[in-house]
Amino acid sequence: MKIKQISVFLENKRGRLLEATESLAKAGINIRALSIADTSEFGILRLIVPESEKAKEVLENSNFTVRENDVIAVGVSDSPGGLASILRILNDAGINVEYAYAFVQKSGEKAVVVLRIEDPETGIKALREKGVMLLSSLDVQQL
Amino acid sequence: MIWNKEAECMPFEERGKLQLERLKAIVKKTYENVPYYKKRFDELKVKPEDIKTLKDISKLPFTAKADLREGYPFGMFAVPFNEIVEIHTSSGTTGKPVVAGYTKKDIEVWGEVMARALCMVGATKDDIIQNGYGYGLFTGGLGVHYGAQTIGATVVPISAGNTKRQLEVMLDFSTTIITCTPSYALHLAEVASDMGITSKDIKLKAGCFGAEVWTEKMREAIESKFNLIALNIYGLTELIGPGVAQECPDKSGLHISEDHFYPEIVSIDTLEPLPEGEKGELVLTSLTRDGMPMIRFRTRDITSLKREVCKCGRTLVKMERITGRSDDMLKIRGVLIFPSQIEKALLEIKGIEPHYQIIVTRPHHLDELEVQVETSKEIFSDEIRHIEAMKKKIENHIEKSIGLRVKVTLVEPKTLPRSEGKAKRVFDKREL
Repeated sequence: MKIKQISVFLENKRGRLLEATESLAKAGINIRALSIADTSEFGILRLIVPESEKAKEVLENSNFTVRENDVIAVGVSDSPGGLASILRILNDAGINVEYAYAFVQKSGEKAVVVLRIEDPETGIKALREKGVMLLSSLDVQQL
Repeated sequence: MIWNKEAECMPFEERGKLQLERLKAIVKKTYENVPYYKKRFDELKVKPEDIKTLKDISKLPFTAKADLREGYPFGMFAVPFNEIVEIHTSSGTTGKPVVAGYTKKDIEVWGEVMARALCMVGATKDDIIQNGYGYGLFTGGLGVHYGAQTIGATVVPISAGNTKRQLEVMLDFSTTIITCTPSYALHLAEVASDMGITSKDIKLKAGCFGAEVWTEKMREAIESKFNLIALNIYGLTELIGPGVAQECPDKSGLHISEDHFYPEIVSIDTLEPLPEGEKGELVLTSLTRDGMPMIRFRTRDITSLKREVCKCGRTLVKMERITGRSDDMLKIRGVLIFPSQIEKALLEIKGIEPHYQIIVTRPHHLDELEVQVETSKEIFSDEIRHIEAMKKKIENHIEKSIGLRVKVTLVEPKTLPRSEGKAKRVFDKREL
Protein backbone atom coordinates (compact mmCIF):
# COMPACT_ATOMS: atom_id res chain seq x y z
CA MET A 1 0.00 0.00 0.00
CA LYS A 2 1.61 3.22 -1.12
CA ILE A 3 1.14 6.60 0.45
CA LYS A 4 1.89 10.10 -0.88
CA GLN A 5 4.90 12.05 0.24
CA ILE A 6 5.73 15.57 -0.84
CA SER A 7 9.28 16.89 -1.15
CA VAL A 8 10.30 20.52 -1.07
CA PHE A 9 13.55 22.02 -2.36
CA LEU A 10 15.15 24.24 0.26
CA GLU A 11 18.07 26.48 -0.48
CA ASN A 12 20.52 26.73 2.43
CA LYS A 13 19.26 30.12 3.41
CA ARG A 14 18.10 31.42 6.72
CA GLY A 15 14.38 31.09 7.33
CA ARG A 16 13.42 28.87 4.40
CA LEU A 17 12.27 25.91 6.51
CA LEU A 18 10.34 28.31 8.68
CA GLU A 19 8.64 29.85 5.64
CA ALA A 20 7.68 26.46 4.26
CA THR A 21 6.17 25.27 7.53
CA GLU A 22 4.47 28.60 8.15
CA SER A 23 2.71 28.52 4.81
CA LEU A 24 1.41 25.03 5.68
CA ALA A 25 0.32 26.25 9.09
CA LYS A 26 -1.60 29.13 7.56
CA ALA A 27 -3.45 26.70 5.33
CA GLY A 28 -4.33 24.55 8.35
CA ILE A 29 -2.28 21.59 7.19
CA ASN A 30 -1.04 19.31 9.95
CA ILE A 31 2.26 17.54 9.31
CA ARG A 32 2.12 13.80 10.16
CA ALA A 33 5.77 12.99 9.59
CA LEU A 34 8.81 14.71 8.20
CA SER A 35 12.50 14.39 7.52
CA ILE A 36 15.10 16.77 6.21
CA ALA A 37 17.95 15.63 4.03
CA ASP A 38 20.73 18.15 3.82
CA THR A 39 23.81 18.70 1.72
CA SER A 40 26.25 21.59 1.93
CA GLU A 41 24.20 23.60 -0.54
CA PHE A 42 20.58 22.62 -0.27
CA GLY A 43 18.12 20.55 1.66
CA ILE A 44 15.11 18.43 0.85
CA LEU A 45 12.15 18.62 3.17
CA ARG A 46 10.06 15.45 2.93
CA LEU A 47 6.58 15.50 4.38
CA ILE A 48 3.65 13.22 4.97
CA VAL A 49 0.49 15.29 5.29
CA PRO A 50 -3.23 14.39 5.19
CA GLU A 51 -3.99 16.40 2.04
CA SER A 52 -0.90 16.24 -0.11
CA GLU A 53 -2.51 17.91 -3.16
CA LYS A 54 -3.52 20.93 -1.12
CA ALA A 55 -0.14 21.11 0.60
CA LYS A 56 1.58 20.98 -2.76
CA GLU A 57 -0.52 23.85 -4.06
CA VAL A 58 0.05 25.96 -0.95
CA LEU A 59 3.83 25.49 -1.19
CA GLU A 60 3.93 26.13 -4.92
CA ASN A 61 2.02 29.36 -4.42
CA SER A 62 4.76 30.39 -2.01
CA ASN A 63 7.29 29.77 -4.83
CA PHE A 64 8.70 26.48 -3.57
CA THR A 65 9.65 23.69 -5.95
CA VAL A 66 7.57 20.69 -4.88
CA ARG A 67 7.33 17.10 -6.04
CA GLU A 68 4.98 14.36 -5.05
CA ASN A 69 5.94 10.70 -4.99
CA ASP A 70 4.98 7.38 -3.44
CA VAL A 71 6.53 5.88 -0.32
CA ILE A 72 5.47 3.08 1.95
CA ALA A 73 4.78 3.29 5.67
CA VAL A 74 5.04 0.25 7.88
CA GLY A 75 4.15 -0.32 11.51
CA VAL A 76 6.88 -2.04 13.52
CA SER A 77 7.06 -3.00 17.14
CA ASP A 78 8.70 -0.38 19.33
CA SER A 79 11.32 -2.73 20.70
CA PRO A 80 14.93 -3.64 19.85
CA GLY A 81 15.12 -5.25 16.40
CA GLY A 82 11.82 -3.79 15.21
CA LEU A 83 13.29 -1.93 12.22
CA ALA A 84 15.94 -4.57 11.58
CA SER A 85 13.28 -7.23 11.00
CA ILE A 86 11.69 -5.10 8.26
CA LEU A 87 15.02 -4.35 6.61
CA ARG A 88 15.91 -8.07 6.69
CA ILE A 89 12.79 -8.86 4.66
CA LEU A 90 13.61 -6.19 2.07
CA ASN A 91 17.23 -7.25 1.93
CA ASP A 92 16.31 -10.86 1.35
CA ALA A 93 14.00 -9.77 -1.45
CA GLY A 94 16.94 -7.88 -3.03
CA ILE A 95 15.39 -4.45 -2.60
CA ASN A 96 17.45 -1.35 -1.84
CA VAL A 97 16.25 1.37 0.49
CA GLU A 98 16.80 4.88 -0.88
CA TYR A 99 16.03 6.51 2.45
CA ALA A 100 13.88 6.02 5.53
CA TYR A 101 12.63 7.95 8.50
CA ALA A 102 10.70 6.82 11.54
CA PHE A 103 8.61 8.13 14.37
CA VAL A 104 7.08 6.70 17.53
CA GLN A 105 3.64 7.73 18.63
CA LYS A 106 3.59 6.48 22.16
CA SER A 107 6.56 4.77 23.72
CA GLY A 108 6.27 1.00 23.77
CA GLU A 109 3.54 0.86 21.15
CA LYS A 110 3.99 0.62 17.39
CA ALA A 111 6.56 2.77 15.63
CA VAL A 112 5.95 3.94 12.07
CA VAL A 113 8.72 3.76 9.46
CA VAL A 114 8.44 5.62 6.17
CA LEU A 115 10.51 3.98 3.42
CA ARG A 116 11.44 4.97 -0.08
CA ILE A 117 12.43 1.72 -1.79
CA GLU A 118 13.64 0.84 -5.23
CA ASP A 119 10.91 -1.50 -6.37
CA PRO A 120 7.78 -0.74 -4.33
CA GLU A 121 5.59 -3.46 -5.92
CA THR A 122 7.97 -6.31 -5.06
CA GLY A 123 8.76 -4.77 -1.69
CA ILE A 124 5.13 -4.48 -0.67
CA LYS A 125 4.53 -8.07 -1.72
CA ALA A 126 7.50 -9.35 0.29
CA LEU A 127 6.47 -7.41 3.39
CA ARG A 128 2.87 -8.59 3.15
CA GLU A 129 3.92 -12.20 2.83
CA LYS A 130 5.76 -11.87 6.13
CA GLY A 131 2.70 -10.33 7.77
CA VAL A 132 4.11 -6.82 8.15
CA MET A 133 1.48 -4.15 8.74
CA LEU A 134 1.42 -1.57 5.92
CA LEU A 135 -0.28 1.72 6.61
CA SER A 136 -2.82 3.18 4.18
CA SER A 137 -3.27 6.89 3.49
CA LEU A 138 -6.24 6.77 5.79
CA ASP A 139 -4.17 5.23 8.61
CA VAL A 140 -1.61 7.95 8.19
CA GLN A 141 -4.23 10.67 8.35
CA GLN A 142 -5.47 9.28 11.62
CA LEU A 143 -2.07 9.10 13.25
CA MET B 1 7.15 44.93 -45.65
CA ILE B 2 9.79 47.51 -46.48
CA TRP B 3 9.44 51.06 -45.18
CA ASN B 4 11.89 52.83 -47.52
CA LYS B 5 12.48 50.64 -50.55
CA GLU B 6 14.76 53.12 -52.27
CA ALA B 7 17.17 53.31 -49.34
CA GLU B 8 16.88 49.77 -48.05
CA CYS B 9 17.11 47.98 -51.42
CA MET B 10 19.58 50.33 -53.11
CA PRO B 11 22.12 48.56 -55.38
CA PHE B 12 25.45 48.04 -53.62
CA GLU B 13 27.46 50.31 -55.89
CA GLU B 14 25.02 53.16 -55.70
CA ARG B 15 24.91 52.93 -51.91
CA GLY B 16 28.70 52.93 -51.77
CA LYS B 17 28.74 56.23 -53.65
CA LEU B 18 26.14 57.69 -51.31
CA GLN B 19 28.12 56.54 -48.27
CA LEU B 20 31.34 58.05 -49.58
CA GLU B 21 29.67 61.34 -50.33
CA ARG B 22 28.15 61.43 -46.84
CA LEU B 23 31.36 60.30 -45.17
CA LYS B 24 33.36 63.11 -46.81
CA ALA B 25 30.80 65.68 -45.69
CA ILE B 26 30.56 64.46 -42.09
CA VAL B 27 34.33 64.21 -41.68
CA LYS B 28 34.76 67.76 -42.92
CA LYS B 29 31.98 69.03 -40.70
CA THR B 30 33.31 67.22 -37.65
CA TYR B 31 36.84 68.50 -38.21
CA GLU B 32 35.62 72.06 -38.51
CA ASN B 33 33.11 72.08 -35.66
CA VAL B 34 34.27 69.73 -32.93
CA PRO B 35 37.57 70.84 -31.34
CA TYR B 36 38.10 67.38 -29.87
CA TYR B 37 38.10 65.76 -33.31
CA LYS B 38 40.26 68.50 -34.82
CA LYS B 39 42.87 67.77 -32.16
CA ARG B 40 42.70 64.00 -32.77
CA PHE B 41 42.89 64.40 -36.57
CA ASP B 42 45.86 66.73 -36.24
CA GLU B 43 47.65 64.31 -33.91
CA LEU B 44 47.34 61.61 -36.58
CA LYS B 45 48.22 64.12 -39.31
CA VAL B 46 45.06 63.32 -41.22
CA LYS B 47 42.95 65.88 -43.05
CA PRO B 48 39.33 65.59 -44.25
CA GLU B 49 40.67 65.72 -47.87
CA ASP B 50 42.50 62.42 -47.24
CA ILE B 51 39.18 60.59 -47.47
CA LYS B 52 39.04 59.61 -51.13
CA THR B 53 37.49 56.15 -50.85
CA LEU B 54 35.45 54.39 -48.17
CA LYS B 55 38.55 52.35 -47.23
CA ASP B 56 40.31 55.57 -46.24
CA ILE B 57 38.10 55.60 -43.16
CA SER B 58 40.77 53.48 -41.46
CA LYS B 59 43.04 56.55 -41.44
CA LEU B 60 40.68 58.25 -39.01
CA PRO B 61 40.94 58.06 -35.22
CA PHE B 62 38.71 55.80 -33.16
CA THR B 63 36.31 57.20 -30.63
CA ALA B 64 35.95 55.33 -27.32
CA LYS B 65 33.33 55.80 -24.66
CA ALA B 66 35.97 57.34 -22.39
CA ASP B 67 36.72 60.00 -25.05
CA LEU B 68 33.09 61.05 -24.97
CA ARG B 69 33.22 61.47 -21.20
CA GLU B 70 36.13 63.84 -21.63
CA GLY B 71 33.83 66.22 -23.45
CA TYR B 72 31.06 65.90 -20.83
CA PRO B 73 28.46 67.29 -21.06
CA PHE B 74 28.21 69.09 -24.42
CA GLY B 75 31.76 69.05 -25.76
CA MET B 76 31.00 66.68 -28.66
CA PHE B 77 28.18 68.74 -30.14
CA ALA B 78 28.82 70.02 -33.66
CA VAL B 79 26.10 72.64 -33.90
CA PRO B 80 25.27 75.80 -31.93
CA PHE B 81 23.45 74.76 -28.77
CA ASN B 82 20.19 76.41 -29.77
CA GLU B 83 19.85 73.89 -32.61
CA ILE B 84 19.77 70.99 -30.16
CA VAL B 85 16.13 70.02 -29.53
CA GLU B 86 16.58 66.91 -27.39
CA ILE B 87 19.15 65.36 -25.10
CA HIS B 88 19.55 61.74 -24.01
CA THR B 89 22.21 60.02 -21.94
CA SER B 90 23.56 56.52 -21.59
CA SER B 91 22.95 54.76 -18.30
CA GLY B 92 26.29 55.88 -16.85
CA THR B 93 26.79 52.68 -14.89
CA THR B 94 30.54 52.84 -15.41
CA GLY B 95 31.05 56.54 -14.69
CA LYS B 96 29.72 59.82 -16.02
CA PRO B 97 27.00 59.19 -18.60
CA VAL B 98 27.51 59.89 -22.28
CA VAL B 99 25.39 62.83 -23.37
CA ALA B 100 23.82 62.71 -26.83
CA GLY B 101 22.36 65.81 -28.50
CA TYR B 102 19.85 65.71 -31.37
CA THR B 103 18.83 68.40 -33.83
CA LYS B 104 15.36 68.44 -35.34
CA LYS B 105 16.76 66.66 -38.39
CA ASP B 106 18.45 64.03 -36.20
CA ILE B 107 15.12 63.25 -34.57
CA GLU B 108 13.62 62.83 -38.05
CA VAL B 109 16.41 60.44 -39.05
CA TRP B 110 15.81 58.52 -35.84
CA GLY B 111 12.10 58.27 -36.65
CA GLU B 112 13.01 57.09 -40.16
CA VAL B 113 15.41 54.31 -39.09
CA MET B 114 13.06 53.18 -36.33
CA ALA B 115 10.17 53.16 -38.84
CA ARG B 116 12.31 50.85 -41.00
CA ALA B 117 12.92 48.63 -37.95
CA LEU B 118 9.31 48.43 -36.83
CA CYS B 119 8.12 47.88 -40.41
CA MET B 120 10.62 44.98 -40.65
CA VAL B 121 8.96 43.47 -37.58
CA GLY B 122 5.57 43.83 -39.29
CA ALA B 123 4.18 47.12 -37.97
CA THR B 124 1.65 49.03 -40.05
CA LYS B 125 -0.72 51.92 -39.39
CA ASP B 126 -3.20 49.36 -38.08
CA ASP B 127 -0.98 48.02 -35.29
CA ILE B 128 -0.99 48.72 -31.60
CA ILE B 129 2.58 48.86 -30.35
CA GLN B 130 3.02 48.39 -26.61
CA ASN B 131 6.32 50.09 -25.93
CA GLY B 132 7.88 48.53 -22.85
CA TYR B 133 11.25 50.26 -23.22
CA GLY B 134 11.92 52.88 -20.57
CA TYR B 135 10.92 56.44 -21.43
CA GLY B 136 13.20 59.18 -20.24
CA LEU B 137 16.89 59.76 -20.68
CA PHE B 138 17.27 56.17 -21.92
CA THR B 139 16.89 56.16 -25.72
CA GLY B 140 14.83 52.96 -25.91
CA GLY B 141 11.42 54.42 -25.12
CA LEU B 142 11.44 57.52 -27.27
CA GLY B 143 13.29 55.83 -30.14
CA VAL B 144 10.53 53.27 -30.61
CA HIS B 145 7.99 56.03 -30.03
CA TYR B 146 9.30 58.18 -32.90
CA GLY B 147 9.39 55.18 -35.23
CA ALA B 148 5.83 54.18 -34.40
CA GLN B 149 4.64 57.74 -34.98
CA THR B 150 6.50 57.96 -38.29
CA ILE B 151 4.62 54.85 -39.45
CA GLY B 152 1.37 56.10 -37.98
CA ALA B 153 0.86 53.04 -35.79
CA THR B 154 -0.79 53.42 -32.39
CA VAL B 155 1.85 53.53 -29.70
CA VAL B 156 1.07 52.75 -26.06
CA PRO B 157 3.87 54.49 -24.11
CA ILE B 158 3.62 52.19 -21.10
CA SER B 159 7.41 52.28 -20.50
CA ALA B 160 9.27 49.59 -18.52
CA GLY B 161 8.04 47.79 -15.42
CA ASN B 162 4.68 47.28 -13.72
CA THR B 163 4.23 43.78 -15.07
CA LYS B 164 0.59 43.19 -14.10
CA ARG B 165 -0.43 46.46 -15.73
CA GLN B 166 1.55 45.50 -18.86
CA LEU B 167 -0.45 42.27 -19.13
CA GLU B 168 -3.74 43.99 -18.43
CA VAL B 169 -3.07 46.51 -21.19
CA MET B 170 -1.91 43.74 -23.53
CA LEU B 171 -5.24 41.94 -23.09
CA ASP B 172 -7.60 44.93 -22.90
CA PHE B 173 -6.07 46.88 -25.82
CA SER B 174 -5.37 43.76 -27.91
CA THR B 175 -1.76 44.83 -28.40
CA THR B 176 -0.30 43.39 -31.61
CA ILE B 177 3.38 44.30 -31.21
CA ILE B 178 5.48 44.41 -28.05
CA THR B 179 8.82 46.16 -27.68
CA CYS B 180 10.96 45.51 -24.58
CA THR B 181 14.13 43.74 -23.48
CA PRO B 182 14.06 39.96 -24.14
CA SER B 183 14.61 39.14 -20.46
CA TYR B 184 11.61 41.27 -19.57
CA ALA B 185 9.55 39.50 -22.25
CA LEU B 186 10.33 36.20 -20.50
CA HIS B 187 9.36 37.71 -17.18
CA LEU B 188 6.07 38.88 -18.70
CA ALA B 189 5.44 35.35 -19.98
CA GLU B 190 6.14 33.90 -16.55
CA VAL B 191 3.78 36.26 -14.78
CA ALA B 192 1.14 35.76 -17.50
CA SER B 193 1.24 32.03 -16.94
CA ASP B 194 0.96 32.53 -13.15
CA MET B 195 -2.12 34.67 -13.78
CA GLY B 196 -3.63 31.93 -15.93
CA ILE B 197 -3.26 33.89 -19.18
CA THR B 198 -2.62 31.66 -22.20
CA SER B 199 -1.22 32.57 -25.60
CA LYS B 200 -4.78 32.30 -26.95
CA ASP B 201 -5.81 35.33 -24.88
CA ILE B 202 -2.96 37.38 -26.31
CA LYS B 203 -3.13 38.97 -29.75
CA LEU B 204 0.58 39.70 -30.16
CA LYS B 205 1.96 38.91 -33.61
CA ALA B 206 5.49 40.22 -33.23
CA GLY B 207 8.02 41.48 -30.75
CA CYS B 208 10.98 43.79 -31.21
CA PHE B 209 13.51 42.84 -28.55
CA GLY B 210 16.92 44.27 -27.79
CA ALA B 211 19.10 46.41 -25.51
CA GLU B 212 20.86 43.29 -24.19
CA VAL B 213 22.61 40.20 -25.49
CA TRP B 214 20.25 37.26 -26.00
CA THR B 215 20.30 33.86 -27.65
CA GLU B 216 18.37 31.74 -30.14
CA LYS B 217 17.09 29.61 -27.25
CA MET B 218 15.63 32.69 -25.60
CA ARG B 219 14.02 33.54 -28.92
CA GLU B 220 12.43 30.08 -29.07
CA ALA B 221 11.16 30.43 -25.50
CA ILE B 222 9.63 33.86 -26.13
CA GLU B 223 8.09 32.80 -29.45
CA SER B 224 6.47 29.67 -28.04
CA LYS B 225 5.23 31.33 -24.85
CA PHE B 226 3.60 34.26 -26.68
CA ASN B 227 3.00 32.69 -30.09
CA LEU B 228 4.66 35.55 -31.97
CA ILE B 229 7.72 36.25 -34.10
CA ALA B 230 10.56 37.64 -31.97
CA LEU B 231 13.08 39.82 -33.79
CA ASN B 232 16.28 41.43 -32.67
CA ILE B 233 16.88 45.18 -32.64
CA TYR B 234 20.21 46.91 -32.12
CA GLY B 235 21.27 50.42 -31.35
CA LEU B 236 23.26 52.60 -29.03
CA THR B 237 22.92 56.06 -27.55
CA GLU B 238 26.26 57.22 -28.94
CA LEU B 239 25.06 56.76 -32.52
CA ILE B 240 21.35 57.57 -32.12
CA GLY B 241 19.65 54.95 -29.92
CA PRO B 242 17.65 51.92 -31.11
CA GLY B 243 17.27 51.61 -34.87
CA VAL B 244 20.89 51.29 -35.95
CA ALA B 245 20.10 47.74 -37.08
CA GLN B 246 17.09 45.43 -37.13
CA GLU B 247 16.52 41.81 -37.96
CA CYS B 248 14.00 40.95 -40.70
CA PRO B 249 11.70 37.89 -40.54
CA ASP B 250 14.34 35.87 -42.46
CA LYS B 251 16.28 35.83 -39.14
CA SER B 252 19.60 35.76 -40.97
CA GLY B 253 21.15 38.80 -39.37
CA LEU B 254 20.37 42.41 -38.48
CA HIS B 255 20.18 44.91 -41.35
CA ILE B 256 22.26 47.96 -40.51
CA SER B 257 20.81 51.20 -41.84
CA GLU B 258 24.21 51.75 -43.41
CA ASP B 259 23.17 54.84 -45.35
CA HIS B 260 23.14 56.48 -41.90
CA PHE B 261 25.62 54.35 -39.90
CA TYR B 262 28.76 53.10 -41.61
CA PRO B 263 29.94 49.80 -40.10
CA GLU B 264 33.43 48.31 -39.89
CA ILE B 265 34.66 45.19 -38.11
CA VAL B 266 38.09 45.46 -36.49
CA SER B 267 40.28 42.97 -34.70
CA ILE B 268 39.91 43.09 -30.91
CA ASP B 269 43.67 42.79 -30.48
CA THR B 270 45.12 44.96 -33.23
CA LEU B 271 42.12 47.19 -34.10
CA GLU B 272 42.98 46.55 -37.78
CA PRO B 273 40.00 46.25 -40.14
CA LEU B 274 39.00 42.62 -40.74
CA PRO B 275 37.77 41.12 -44.02
CA GLU B 276 34.05 40.59 -44.50
CA GLY B 277 32.64 37.64 -42.57
CA GLU B 278 35.27 37.68 -39.83
CA LYS B 279 34.29 38.20 -36.24
CA GLY B 280 35.51 41.24 -34.39
CA GLU B 281 34.47 44.48 -32.75
CA LEU B 282 31.83 46.56 -34.49
CA VAL B 283 32.92 50.14 -35.19
CA LEU B 284 30.32 52.65 -36.37
CA THR B 285 30.56 56.06 -37.99
CA SER B 286 27.47 58.26 -38.19
CA LEU B 287 27.00 59.50 -41.76
CA THR B 288 24.12 61.90 -41.27
CA ARG B 289 24.15 62.98 -37.63
CA ASP B 290 24.16 66.77 -37.29
CA GLY B 291 23.99 67.34 -33.54
CA MET B 292 26.72 64.94 -32.49
CA PRO B 293 28.59 63.22 -35.31
CA MET B 294 30.52 60.12 -34.32
CA ILE B 295 33.71 59.02 -36.07
CA ARG B 296 34.65 55.33 -35.78
CA PHE B 297 32.92 54.71 -32.47
CA ARG B 298 34.10 51.50 -30.81
CA THR B 299 30.89 49.75 -29.79
CA ARG B 300 32.66 46.91 -27.89
CA ASP B 301 30.06 44.61 -29.41
CA ILE B 302 31.36 41.46 -31.08
CA THR B 303 29.83 40.49 -34.42
CA SER B 304 30.56 39.93 -38.12
CA LEU B 305 29.12 41.41 -41.32
CA LYS B 306 27.60 39.75 -44.36
CA ARG B 307 26.79 41.60 -47.56
CA GLU B 308 24.23 39.92 -49.80
CA VAL B 309 20.80 40.53 -51.27
CA CYS B 310 18.61 39.23 -48.45
CA LYS B 311 15.58 37.02 -49.06
CA CYS B 312 13.50 39.99 -47.87
CA GLY B 313 14.87 42.05 -50.79
CA ARG B 314 17.00 44.41 -48.73
CA THR B 315 20.58 45.08 -49.71
CA LEU B 316 21.49 46.61 -46.34
CA VAL B 317 24.49 44.80 -44.87
CA LYS B 318 23.63 42.22 -42.22
CA MET B 319 25.38 41.85 -38.90
CA GLU B 320 25.29 38.62 -36.98
CA ARG B 321 23.48 38.52 -33.63
CA ILE B 322 25.76 40.12 -31.03
CA THR B 323 27.46 37.29 -29.16
CA GLY B 324 29.11 39.36 -26.49
CA ARG B 325 30.92 42.54 -25.65
CA SER B 326 34.65 42.82 -25.67
CA ASP B 327 34.41 44.29 -22.16
CA ASP B 328 31.89 41.62 -20.96
CA MET B 329 34.24 38.94 -22.03
CA LEU B 330 35.40 36.96 -19.04
CA LYS B 331 38.90 35.66 -18.89
CA ILE B 332 38.70 32.61 -16.65
CA ARG B 333 41.93 30.74 -16.06
CA GLY B 334 43.12 32.17 -19.34
CA VAL B 335 40.08 31.03 -21.31
CA LEU B 336 38.00 33.74 -22.97
CA ILE B 337 34.31 33.19 -22.59
CA PHE B 338 31.13 35.16 -23.10
CA PRO B 339 28.18 34.84 -20.71
CA SER B 340 26.01 34.12 -23.74
CA GLN B 341 27.93 30.86 -24.34
CA ILE B 342 26.98 29.68 -20.87
CA GLU B 343 23.38 30.71 -21.41
CA LYS B 344 23.26 28.82 -24.68
CA ALA B 345 24.60 25.66 -23.03
CA LEU B 346 22.20 25.96 -20.10
CA LEU B 347 19.13 26.32 -22.24
CA GLU B 348 20.01 23.22 -24.21
CA ILE B 349 19.12 21.18 -21.13
CA LYS B 350 15.46 20.33 -20.72
CA GLY B 351 13.77 21.78 -17.66
CA ILE B 352 16.16 24.68 -17.14
CA GLU B 353 14.60 28.10 -16.86
CA PRO B 354 16.33 30.96 -18.70
CA HIS B 355 17.12 32.71 -15.42
CA TYR B 356 20.67 32.35 -14.21
CA GLN B 357 23.60 34.18 -12.67
CA ILE B 358 27.28 33.78 -13.21
CA ILE B 359 29.58 34.48 -10.30
CA VAL B 360 33.33 34.63 -10.72
CA THR B 361 35.54 34.32 -7.67
CA ARG B 362 39.19 33.63 -7.01
CA PRO B 363 39.26 31.83 -3.67
CA HIS B 364 42.71 30.23 -3.82
CA HIS B 365 44.50 32.19 -6.55
CA LEU B 366 42.51 30.25 -9.09
CA ASP B 367 39.42 31.52 -10.88
CA GLU B 368 36.21 29.75 -10.12
CA LEU B 369 33.02 30.08 -12.03
CA GLU B 370 29.74 29.44 -10.33
CA VAL B 371 26.52 29.26 -12.30
CA GLN B 372 23.36 29.65 -10.27
CA VAL B 373 20.32 28.04 -11.83
CA GLU B 374 16.76 28.08 -10.60
CA THR B 375 15.36 24.69 -9.66
CA SER B 376 12.37 23.59 -11.67
CA LYS B 377 10.13 20.58 -11.22
CA GLU B 378 12.00 18.78 -13.96
CA ILE B 379 15.34 18.94 -12.21
CA PHE B 380 14.14 18.51 -8.63
CA SER B 381 13.78 15.09 -7.03
CA ASP B 382 13.10 13.74 -3.56
CA GLU B 383 16.42 11.90 -3.77
CA ILE B 384 19.70 13.72 -3.26
CA ARG B 385 21.61 11.49 -5.65
CA HIS B 386 19.25 12.41 -8.50
CA ILE B 387 19.70 16.11 -7.85
CA GLU B 388 23.48 15.68 -7.63
CA ALA B 389 23.39 13.76 -10.91
CA MET B 390 21.42 16.57 -12.54
CA LYS B 391 23.97 19.12 -11.33
CA LYS B 392 26.77 16.99 -12.76
CA LYS B 393 24.92 16.76 -16.05
CA ILE B 394 24.59 20.55 -16.25
CA GLU B 395 28.24 21.01 -15.27
CA ASN B 396 29.40 18.50 -17.87
CA HIS B 397 27.29 20.07 -20.57
CA ILE B 398 28.65 23.55 -19.86
CA GLU B 399 32.20 22.19 -19.77
CA LYS B 400 31.68 20.55 -23.13
CA SER B 401 30.46 23.85 -24.58
CA ILE B 402 32.96 26.32 -23.13
CA GLY B 403 35.89 24.07 -22.24
CA LEU B 404 35.86 25.10 -18.61
CA ARG B 405 34.74 23.32 -15.46
CA VAL B 406 32.11 25.32 -13.60
CA LYS B 407 30.25 24.77 -10.37
CA VAL B 408 26.49 24.68 -10.67
CA THR B 409 24.40 25.73 -7.70
CA LEU B 410 20.67 25.21 -7.59
CA VAL B 411 18.62 28.00 -6.07
CA GLU B 412 14.93 28.25 -5.36
CA PRO B 413 12.60 29.27 -8.18
CA LYS B 414 11.93 32.95 -8.76
CA THR B 415 14.73 34.04 -6.44
CA LEU B 416 17.19 35.29 -9.04
CA PRO B 417 16.50 38.95 -9.77
CA ARG B 418 14.27 39.62 -12.76
CA SER B 419 15.24 42.80 -14.45
CA GLU B 420 12.92 45.24 -16.06
CA GLY B 421 15.68 46.73 -18.14
CA LYS B 422 19.00 45.14 -18.95
CA ALA B 423 19.53 41.92 -17.01
CA LYS B 424 22.70 41.75 -14.96
CA ARG B 425 23.92 38.17 -15.19
CA VAL B 426 27.59 38.34 -14.36
CA PHE B 427 29.11 39.17 -11.01
CA ASP B 428 32.87 39.29 -11.09
CA LYS B 429 33.96 39.19 -7.46
CA ARG B 430 37.63 38.59 -8.16
CA GLU B 431 39.97 41.09 -6.59
CA LEU B 432 42.39 41.58 -9.43
